[in-house]
Amino acid sequence: MLSPSNTIGETGATLMVWTAVTLIATPFLWLSGDLLWYGWHQLSINFVVSVPQNAGREGGIGPILVSTGLIMTVCMAVAMPIGLGTALFLSEYTQNDQVSGRLIRGSLDVLAGVPSIVFGLFGNAFFCQLLGLGFSILSGGLTLACMVLPILIRTVEESFRAIAQDQRLSAAALGISQRATIQHILLPAAIPGVLVGCILGLGRAMAETAALIFTSGYVDRMPTSLMDSGRALSIHIYDLAMNVAGGNSNAYTTALVLIGLLLIINLSASWITKKWTTLNQLPS
Amino acid sequence: MDDTQSTSELRPTQEKAPGFQSWRPYQSAQQCCEPSTHFQAENLSIVYRKHLALQNVNLEINKGCITALVGPSGCGKTSFLMSINRLTDLILGCQVSGRLLINETDIMAPFTDLLHLRRQVGMIFQKPTVFPFSIRKNLEIPLREHGMCDHATLASSIETSLQQVGLWDEVKDRLNQPAQGLSGGQQQRLCLARAMVLSPEILLLDEPCSALDPISSGIVEDLIVSLRGRYTVIIVTHNLAQARRIADYVALFWAVDGIGQLIEHGPAHTIFQSPQHELTSAYISGTRG
Repeated sequence: MLSPSNTIGETGATLMVWTAVTLIATPFLWLSGDLLWYGWHQLSINFVVSVPQNAGREGGIGPILVSTGLIMTVCMAVAMPIGLGTALFLSEYTQNDQVSGRLIRGSLDVLAGVPSIVFGLFGNAFFCQLLGLGFSILSGGLTLACMVLPILIRTVEESFRAIAQDQRLSAAALGISQRATIQHILLPAAIPGVLVGCILGLGRAMAETAALIFTSGYVDRMPTSLMDSGRALSIHIYDLAMNVAGGNSNAYTTALVLIGLLLIINLSASWITKKWTTLNQLPS
Repeated sequence: MDDTQSTSELRPTQEKAPGFQSWRPYQSAQQCCEPSTHFQAENLSIVYRKHLALQNVNLEINKGCITALVGPSGCGKTSFLMSINRLTDLILGCQVSGRLLINETDIMAPFTDLLHLRRQVGMIFQKPTVFPFSIRKNLEIPLREHGMCDHATLASSIETSLQQVGLWDEVKDRLNQPAQGLSGGQQQRLCLARAMVLSPEILLLDEPCSALDPISSGIVEDLIVSLRGRYTVIIVTHNLAQARRIADYVALFWAVDGIGQLIEHGPAHTIFQSPQHELTSAYISGTRG
């Protein structure tokens, strides 16, 4: 039986927890509600597939979705192998106190904190100008890859480190080489973590605006190659909201599409993770 | 398989280990142990960074026998065990000096084929460490890694090894189920089957029963006894009663001034009934340790 003072304490603690939950949930619900309220009525298949007209005030977001998809594909195609390789190097081939590991981890932590506008300027100077790729989907995707690499590497590295050391020792005790241990034991066990890392990276890349302004450009035409300039969803929203008078309505609907896409990506990630775990335990 | 052949297999080499088919396990005809040296440690010392964990251990272990390493925690028993299959190489800052001979071949020699060595010297850890896959895949991974790819051979090797540990009847209908779904005792037996599937000559057991309940512990213990004659078993145990029940030979390790040392070694009945060293008699009688 709790004493009255204990009961008051319990109630106070419960109240505090619920207040915190409300404070966190309110902005999200407000934002989603706002987007649905102002954006839902315009959302249709036609909006998703048609081309923007009158500087985006009318029409849809077809080419912008294609450009976003291409930028994300370039970004993940480059970031995933490099990220996985670096994470494996950090977790399996370096010790915590080794200079190379410390140097790489330190650099990654600094890079993770660099504002995206700086990545944008770097991308512009390096990919657009120095490598001569110009304002293009390729430049944008490569710049985003640089930006998501730190978060991707650290998440994937953590998922490898989360695997008990016993597993590595057991594998070594069975005469299984390090390469085979990584391939057959560590990678399958770390796949959910790798996927989470990719999703986090993709989420950050999709929501990115500043890094793309200087690299992939503003052009809202349907891209015909990776060397074309292409406008990403977030830049479209920014442009309609800030530079185009009367563009708010389409900006809301585009934002609704972006949030919906992020939601779908996150849900499919958890679905894939669950499926993978089941499959992994039931091999042929 | 005679000693000469075993020696030639363990020779220091950079070559890939021989194919699975060409490699035959040690098969002893006799059911009890024979007094011929299988493994020998000469002046073995182990240093972790700057801490001397084990000093000048000289120990001979006989073929086909069960040798129990006993002693209090922190006296270097597990370090000694891990040096036999050179898992100590994987521990950061660990340096091993001295000579370790298996069938008179020095496994500390440079260019020793470690993958081949670890196939000859299986190891079971304190906590059952099954891979997070199915029961079948747990056994398939080491077999495939060592060159066995034929489905029929894989299936028969898996069945034989599971039968050896008395697990076949319990799991034959659920080989594709996750190994983590097994009980602790079954998982430990699966680990033993996984080590035995490679037909090792020596089995290193690091307190294999300590994480198990008494019934599972009894089953695993009976299993270890059944290995006598077929495998050279080296078991670390804190359970003196267990050592008394199963061991042919006993070696007592002790930390003297923080440095692990081999205090006494001999046949189990001699160690338990007429120990030569006062530490041994104190440890056995329960007044020390």
